[in-house]
Amino acid sequence: MGQKETFIKVLRYIRKYWLYLAASVIMASVTVALTLYFPILTGRVIDLVVKPRQVDFSGVLRILKQMVIVALFTGAAQWIMNVCNNKMTYRIVQDIRNEAFCRIEILPLKYIDGHSYGEVVSRVIADVDQFADGLLMGFTQFFTGVVTILGTLGFMLSINVAVTGVVVLVTPLSFFVAGFIAKKTFTMFHLQSETRGEQTALIEEMVGNQKVVQAFSHEDEALAQFDEINGRLGDCSLRAIFFSSITNPSTRFVNNLVYAGVAVAGALFAIRRGISVGQLSCFLSYANQYTKPFNEISGVVTELQNALACAARIFALIEEEPQVPEKENAAVLTDVEGRVELSHVDFSYVPDRKLITDFNLAVQPGQRVAIVGPTGCGKTTVINLLMRFYDVDRGNICVDGADIREVTRKSLRENYGMVLQETWLRSGTIRENIVMGRPDATEEEVIAAAKASHAHSFIKRLSKGYDTVIGEDGGSLSQGQKQLLCITRVMLCLPPMLILDEATSSIDTRTEIRIQKAFATMMQGRTSFIVAHRLSTIREADVILVMKDGNIIEQGNHETLLAKNGFYAKLYESQFAS
Amino acid sequence: MKKLLVYLKDYKKETVCAPLFKMLEAMFELFVPFVVADIIDYGIGESNAGFVLRQGLLLIVLGLVGLVCSITAQYFAAKAAVGFSTKLKHALFDHIQSLSFTEIDTLGTSTLMTRMTSDVNQVQNGVNMVLRLFLRSPFIVFGAMIMAFFIDAREALIFVVTIPILAVVVFGIMLVTMPMYKKVQSGLDAVLGATRENLTGARVIRAFHKEEEEIESFVGKTETLANLQLLVGRISALTNPVTYIVINVATVVLLYTGAVRVNEAVISQGQVVALVNYMSQILVELIKLANLIILITKALACANRIESVFEVESSMEWEEQNPAGKSAVKAGRNDAAAEREPAVEFDHVHLTYKGAAAESLCDINMKIKRGETVGVIGGTGSGKSSLVHMIPRFYDATKGTVRVDGRDVRNYGMEELRLKIGMVLQKAVLFRGTIRENLLWGNGAATDEELWEALEAAQAKEFVESKEGGLDAPVAQEGRNLSGGQRQRLTIARALVAKPEILILDDSASALDYATDAALRKALRALPWEATVFIVSQRTSSIMHADQIIVLEDGEAAGYGTHEELLADCEVYQEIYYSQYPRTSGIQ
Repeated sequence: MGQKETFIKVLRYIRKYWLYLAASVIMASVTVALTLYFPILTGRVIDLVVKPRQVDFSGVLRILKQMVIVALFTGAAQWIMNVCNNKMTYRIVQDIRNEAFCRIEILPLKYIDGHSYGEVVSRVIADVDQFADGLLMGFTQFFTGVVTILGTLGFMLSINVAVTGVVVLVTPLSFFVAGFIAKKTFTMFHLQSETRGEQTALIEEMVGNQKVVQAFSHEDEALAQFDEINGRLGDCSLRAIFFSSITNPSTRFVNNLVYAGVAVAGALFAIRRGISVGQLSCFLSYANQYTKPFNEISGVVTELQNALACAARIFALIEEEPQVPEKENAAVLTDVEGRVELSHVDFSYVPDRKLITDFNLAVQPGQRVAIVGPTGCGKTTVINLLMRFYDVDRGNICVDGADIREVTRKSLRENYGMVLQETWLRSGTIRENIVMGRPDATEEEVIAAAKASHAHSFIKRLSKGYDTVIGEDGGSLSQGQKQLLCITRVMLCLPPMLILDEATSSIDTRTEIRIQKAFATMMQGRTSFIVAHRLSTIREADVILVMKDGNIIEQGNHETLLAKNGFYAKLYESQFAS
Repeated sequence: MKKLLVYLKDYKKETVCAPLFKMLEAMFELFVPFVVADIIDYGIGESNAGFVLRQGLLLIVLGLVGLVCSITAQYFAAKAAVGFSTKLKHALFDHIQSLSFTEIDTLGTSTLMTRMTSDVNQVQNGVNMVLRLFLRSPFIVFGAMIMAFFIDAREALIFVVTIPILAVVVFGIMLVTMPMYKKVQSGLDAVLGATRENLTGARVIRAFHKEEEEIESFVGKTETLANLQLLVGRISALTNPVTYIVINVATVVLLYTGAVRVNEAVISQGQVVALVNYMSQILVELIKLANLIILITKALACANRIESVFEVESSMEWEEQNPAGKSAVKAGRNDAAAEREPAVEFDHVHLTYKGAAAESLCDINMKIKRGETVGVIGGTGSGKSSLVHMIPRFYDATKGTVRVDGRDVRNYGMEELRLKIGMVLQKAVLFRGTIRENLLWGNGAATDEELWEALEAAQAKEFVESKEGGLDAPVAQEGRNLSGGQRQRLTIARALVAKPEILILDDSASALDYATDAALRKALRALPWEATVFIVSQRTSSIMHADQIIVLEDGEAAGYGTHEELLADCEVYQEIYYSQYPRTSGIQ
């Protein structure tokens, strides 16, 4: 996306708030003009106050009154400008975030699986903030900066051309100085951040694994290693910090040069009555602030570019193609029996790497289907397809005879209960997590479900029982406890079809057997799909699919498969021979 | 913060010089309006071009001297701040290493890492800025006022009134908005949390078709955030306009009284200009001061957090190192008396972790003879790890005694005890470097031959040999470039290099397949020195051949004995065993 294109899109967001933008621009111009006018008035007063007993008090008072009015107006204009900018900035940020979030909810899982969460989050949070700060604040700074420079130049020229010349000629020096130092310090900062990274890595290792360090009595060696890096970091930090801190005094010095130049040139002109003392004082106050917008603007340009880059990243997310929308006449699945058919299904995550080819399977209502196979054989993929997290490339999947692409996603997923290996809990209370699928469940139902999944006993022992607040992603719960909660969540809904993807992988074998019993009751009369790594958990399935490289290589029940003495038998033996 | 100041002790000179030179610079800055006043009064007033040029030169000299002072100050400030943080980090690192496991658990390693990195950096920055600005800004503000007194006491009174008003405005707004900014931050955290939750939980949210509700709740969160931001924005947007008005109204008053005083021939025209200049200098510095104060509050908060880490003392006291004991360990010998004692003994041991409601271990009793292999089995959270962690004294028993070679572990020196024991933790951790460097953690003086022996026993020889560079093959941070099973075997080898008298494997073969696991156990039985071995596992196959097995449930010993004994009369053991070896299964 080109910068221009991005900029046009940004304008679309701003358009909604054009009134605020207009007000802001007008108020900014007013502020700058009045701010620059004030020293002129000051100068006029000074010109009226020249010698004892000759002061024109009526003139002084008249101008002073003007000055008070100007000051009040400037303040008011500035405040309105600030408020308009804030309003525009924060509302646009809000609009963009909401839009991005709505998009996240309808993005295909392919996108979500394919991008790191941190990256997407940073687009929605950090990039949006940087964009707002950089673009909107940058814009106002840029605008007022330019107006200030032009205004100052105009006012100065109207007073005296030659003195203006002094200011215009000397000011660029400050750029050179600042640029020179920035270039020199860049390498030093680079070295500093590299060394700092090295130190952070060591801290991560040694502090993060402090227990290992202590178990091996390795503390002295670790400290020595740390000190070596720490010493180097100290050296290069000192250099980086010191050299970068020269910038301010140096530009201030250039500013002082401008000031001295104006003072001398102005005074010389004043001696020849070219300008008045008041005008000189006005010049001096201009000279004092003239370099400031220059320094700001040079920063703003990089900030603007950065802001546009951020905007481009956000727009890329917002414009990401959403999942295939539902058909207008999509049917609603009701009274599902649980007959599932996959016919001639082809699927792959990446086009040139075939994963599942010509996959056929017919499941009768109430049947238990187990899927086994080595890691990466496509077990979880089958579940992604059943739930329609991904769409098949070819062929179709039918539930009770209806192609799942012809029914609403909501009604399809409603009929599945899913427990995944990766447990996911949200920050909130235990109860909120359990009733996710059925917000209207009663207390008794919740407890009954928790008892069935063997979660009740540990929940009971938590400080506030079912009202215990757990942090993001389960917080302090153990992996096994989290898994139990996820199982409870499904126990409460009891939909006609179940999907258990390594649902008990983090639970010790003994508890697992108990949960299996609960599952067995739950699965009574329900079509269920079970993916398991431990073969002990699936021996009672009606159909066992043995998958390898995306294909079903064996199919049958436990006994027939063992008798076949094929891949399944080998898998089974490798787990149980000691 | 106070306690951290000791780390500035070695930089007394710098700490004093930096602000001093900053003050000098400010002083030269304060002379400028005086010089300009002279230019107006004498240069222009008496049409003396030579005087003007000389004063112009003086201005440049003042600027130059100011530049030199300022750069000197920056150097001292940077040196003190960097030196301070270097020493602070050293001390903090050393302190963290002295903490016992209990404190590490309570503080959390991620907290400790933040303290060591970003918090220390913030404090360093704070020290640097304080040294640079804390004296300068007030000095200019009050200096301007004092200079005004030199010109005319009555005019100076205007400064005396204006400065407190400005201070009230600037600091008042800051005080009001600071807690509001904290709320804004937590509003932003809520938006961030919701975004992340919807990414990590995309499948579950969609499975429960919660998309609409999620959007609704998110929109509510951004609305709250925007409203908070607007509110605080409206208040902080007042700072600039209000101070502008105050300063300029003060200028107007200054000009009026100035006019009166000039009329009375008390002061000159040039001095009025000087007073106006002083007034405008005040504002800039006050705003700098306000920003500095925000920075200082942040740095102070960080400093306090760091200090609180320093305040945490290790809850464990160790005996002074017994040099004889240490060399005895190194030589792998023990005195004859210890020889007769059990290698490890648990005597009515109870353990309650700090802050936990229930006991994690309850009345554990056992005696393990030298050279025996002990199996520890039980469900998740049954206390298996806790039990073996008590042997190297990672945690102290809340009741009862743990003895190694007949001696209470609390009577050992730290190294003396830990060098006896080779610990392989559940989480297989390796460190950045080479395989050799990692193995040498066990014993820095080990020869290559010894390393290979350890690797062979740990079933790691083969894959290390196949790596390019062999022992010198690189290991990434946390050992990320190795598979879980390879990492586990290397951590086992690392423990074996030390030839420990007691070897503890805390569920550290879980990623190994059954055949490798069996080979490993066989190799451990054949170690060339007499080692007492503890094997913690969830798999019965890993421990069934042990001389003694302890079965744990909810922190209590549900059974002791050999595999056959336990299978005969321990219900918990039977359940575990049959969950892994179903009775109906024909394969055994």
